[in-house]
Amino acid sequence: MVPRIVEVRQAVLTKNDALARDLRRRFGAAGVGVVSLVSSPGAGKTALLCETLRRLRARYRVAALVGDLATDHDAARLRESGAPVRQITTGTVCHLDAEMVARALGDWDLSALDLLFLENVGNLVCPASYDLGEDLRAVLLSVTEGEDKPQKYPTIFSTADLVVVTKLDLAGPAGYDDVLARQALHAVRPGLDVVRVSVRTGEGMAEWLARLEAGLARKRSARCRA
Amino acid sequence: MHELSIAMSLVELAAERAGPLGGARVEAVHLRLGALAGVVEDALRFSFDVASRGTPLDGARLVIEHVPVAVFCGRCRDARVVEGFPLRCPVCGEPAADVVRGRELELTALEVSGDGPTDR
Repeated sequence: MVPRIVEVRQAVLTKNDALARDLRRRFGAAGVGVVSLVSSPGAGKTALLCETLRRLRARYRVAALVGDLATDHDAARLRESGAPVRQITTGTVCHLDAEMVARALGDWDLSALDLLFLENVGNLVCPASYDLGEDLRAVLLSVTEGEDKPQKYPTIFSTADLVVVTKLDLAGPAGYDDVLARQALHAVRPGLDVVRVSVRTGEGMAEWLARLEAGLARKRSARCRA
Repeated sequence: MHELSIAMSLVELAAERAGPLGGARVEAVHLRLGALAGVVEDALRFSFDVASRGTPLDGARLVIEHVPVAVFCGRCRDARVVEGFPLRCPVCGEPAADVVRGRELELTALEVSGDGPTDR
């Protein structure tokens, strides 16, 4: 018997996409802006987030969900900022997905928040495929990683709303070339917004926070128009 | 390596869609895979064999249609297929960030044989 073809046409990650849509609706209804942070391990997500929470706490009600393969060390570090933090331990899973975020949120009253950060597992490959319902995806690139990283991991950089170059205080010793880094970033995503920071010296932090606020305001007005 | 997670989602979805076909045997699973989907074909094939074991998809072939990246060129007002990076219009050279194709990770069809109700 000749095999017959049954058409399906459905996204493989359709369940994650549907859950992410539900999350986005929930975030929108609660009026909370949601930002995810993605980078390779050790690029400085937790350090950046700690300082971001600390600085924003005066003006906004902020909170964070942090994903890790193991340990709650990052959650403990983030709690030092004084903001509420929940840990997602993924075990062997190399990325957060929408279901993990939904489960970690549980019945958290999101209307009591202005801003929620989702710190993904350190990984530049796998998180790219999973929508978490966030408004903005910030991808970090530290000056010690090599300027060509965007070309090695084009998928994640091409899905970024904003790129944060971190550890700027080490740019000299690392021989970081900003022109090369921008070329690499703009090769995979022309026009991509780039901000450079050093959490240690505070350089660029004000600009990063301003870009965050502007990015979220843009998304909010787009949501209102929709 | 998230290809195993993706393969498990693919097997789950394909089994769900094969269910209503009754006793029909799934010979092949057809997938559209974009060049910017962030999925490695070899890892996905290996993971698919592992993930389909003991399921109704056991033994099914994985047929992959590769989708090249296409961007919308604002100057030409048209979608253009690009070969690699930098992302720019191959006709006029304008940088183009709007990826219109190439992120696909889509189950397109099941190839089935044997008994079972006909196509819905």
